[in-house]
Amino acid sequence: MSKTLIIIKREYLTRVSNKTFLLTTILTPLLFVVLIAGTTYLSIKGKETLSVAVADSNGFFKNNLKSGKSVKFDFPDGVDTTNYLAKGYSAILLIPKVDSNSKTNYIIRSKKGIGIAAKSSIEDRVNSAIEDHMLQMAGVKRDALDSIHNEAQQGQLISLQEKGDSATESNQGLAYGIGYASGFLIYITMFIYGIMLMRGVMEEKTNRIAEVVISSVKPFQLMLGKIIGIGAVGLTQFLLWVVLIIVLYNGAQMFISPETMQQVQAMQQGGGMSANSAQASEAAQKIYQFKHLMNTANWFTIIGCFIFYFIGGYLFYASLFAAAGSAVEDVQNSQSLTMPITMPIIFSFIIMTTAINNPDSSVAVWASIIPFSSPIVMMARVAYGVPGTVPYWQLILSMASLVIGFLFTTWVAGKIYRTGILMYGKKTTWKEMIKWAFAKY
Amino acid sequence: MPLLELQHLKKYYATQKAVDDISFNIEAGSIFGLLGPNGAGKTTLLRMITGIFFPDEGTITFDGRKFDALNDIRHIGYMPEERGLYKKMKIGEQALYLAQLKGLSRSEATEKIKHWFVKLEMESWWNKKVEDLSKGMSQKLQFVTTVLHEPKLIILDEPFSGLDPVNANLIKDEIFGLAQRGATIIFSTHRMEQVEEICDHIVLVNKGRKILDGTVQKIKQDFKENLFHLQVQQLPAALNSAAFNVVSAKENKLTLQINEGYRSNDLLQHFIQQGITIESFHEILPTLNEIFIREVEGTKDAVTRAFQPVNS
Repeated sequence: MSKTLIIIKREYLTRVSNKTFLLTTILTPLLFVVLIAGTTYLSIKGKETLSVAVADSNGFFKNNLKSGKSVKFDFPDGVDTTNYLAKGYSAILLIPKVDSNSKTNYIIRSKKGIGIAAKSSIEDRVNSAIEDHMLQMAGVKRDALDSIHNEAQQGQLISLQEKGDSATESNQGLAYGIGYASGFLIYITMFIYGIMLMRGVMEEKTNRIAEVVISSVKPFQLMLGKIIGIGAVGLTQFLLWVVLIIVLYNGAQMFISPETMQQVQAMQQGGGMSANSAQASEAAQKIYQFKHLMNTANWFTIIGCFIFYFIGGYLFYASLFAAAGSAVEDVQNSQSLTMPITMPIIFSFIIMTTAINNPDSSVAVWASIIPFSSPIVMMARVAYGVPGTVPYWQLILSMASLVIGFLFTTWVAGKIYRTGILMYGKKTTWKEMIKWAFAKY
Repeated sequence: MPLLELQHLKKYYATQKAVDDISFNIEAGSIFGLLGPNGAGKTTLLRMITGIFFPDEGTITFDGRKFDALNDIRHIGYMPEERGLYKKMKIGEQALYLAQLKGLSRSEATEKIKHWFVKLEMESWWNKKVEDLSKGMSQKLQFVTTVLHEPKLIILDEPFSGLDPVNANLIKDEIFGLAQRGATIIFSTHRMEQVEEICDHIVLVNKGRKILDGTVQKIKQDFKENLFHLQVQQLPAALNSAAFNVVSAKENKLTLQINEGYRSNDLLQHFIQQGITIESFHEILPTLNEIFIREVEGTKDAVTRAFQPVNS
């Protein structure tokens, strides 16, 4: 056992003391922030306002058809399909005479194709314009209509989940975000550290150090030491990220005085506008809302499950990566051997993206129990609540099968590794590896 | 007392009999040569002795007890033919790591490494990385890490490959020194002149079987062809005699083979009686190289070993 510890120590220290470790630890979250900010910025900036000329043969659209952020309607005189481009519009909306009893087809013509979002936005606007027009025909006054529109925005749906005697507030958006993020993180880390482990094993084999080392320790000890050492590196990196996030989160709060925070809180709870509330900055309100949102999640369960599935998933796949690494001598040959390992990981990621929209579907339930996919898929479901969405029996069954699963893969991998690490010059196939795994020596 | 006894060791792979019933003993304190062509089963044999492989059949007795890989590994130093080091690791740390894996404590290992580094003029290497070393230099480092923990049994597979003559001599002297201090050394190579120089006892294996076993002297005696070298001042008138045949004659240097039933004195008498002055006379013993080639070529398809079904 102590020899395994020495190996773990070496594997861990050589990697953690490496400059690239520090660099990736700091740069990866930054990269994510830049990536998210960049795509958000682009998606906002990318939405150009579509200017639409309306050829209205009814005459009632002029007051009722409202322009929005992405669509701007104009009612110029004498516009038709031949000259709308020359007049500077990118599309023309042709509205025939509306017959109130039958469905009417509107036609929008443009030179460039109109996106699906823009199309549905125009459709919605036209329909509500007709609705408004009909209400006016039925005798509703225009200013009454406007005030109804304004006040109708007041409703907000808060969903509560049964929990024993009480019900707690739940937030689907947050659950979605947490589920997706943690599933994605586990997916990425399984790849990064799995491949890192495989490289390490291949290095030992191609540098011919494996035989030197295993004349001192058992091959299984060497493999286990590598798996645990690199897993510890991954865990360290993850914990550093958590610390970084907490520091940043608290750092953001430091800019706002506690009094302002209390005011915001009072305002939010009171619901009304007080004289003080005007002083509360918009940023402070955002942070309060964020904090309130974050409190709706059960972080203890989520982080606990994350760490369990992170370690379990890593152990399950890492030993397989180690076995593949022991059987090859160069990167090109490793590709064909890693395919059967990476396929289920990619596949579980795909299941995760559907499970997150539909955490109770039978595919999601089974995929979150079978150890091949459970680390990624279960995280997507756990975010929706335990024991609400994921009953305890499912969670326990999933965890138990993951533990049994990684014990099995480690055992099999150990046998492949023992033979593979000393084989030189020959290209190994999966068939041979399976033979090694079940050989009786 | 033998340090190591191998009895009827067998190790079969799916396609060939790597080691097929090999037995021999190695005396404590001796330098033992394990010889054989490529693919003869040497590496498999050594891997069984180092506990990397378990034999299919047969027993290994180490230091009077049944070989127990887990504990006895502490007393074995193995330098495999395929050997390497972690390229990115510092040399001192690397030596420490390998010594700790053998069971030395950190302080004990540091002390011993420093001692060896001074001895082999490697003090300045401690903080260098392995990738900065030449092949010969890393060879020296590997030798140090093999013998560092003072093993009772040191196994060296082709220890001199890649070493220049100066460093080869340095290592050779260390090997003699270790043997004098009581270590037993197994030395595996194809370089026969080194074996003749270093080994007391050899075993020759081919195709998984032992074909020769004995001291270097005894094996040479066994294979001698009664050839003698004779240098005379001038050739005698009558060269032929019943006592010997002339194998070759080059000016005044003769190679003679003594016939059955005669002794070297009979040969000398023949020349002395004729009043010939003898300048030198010695027996020609076969070199191990010759014995090796003769024995190995005696069995067909020796050099590239053919695969044979196990159940034949």
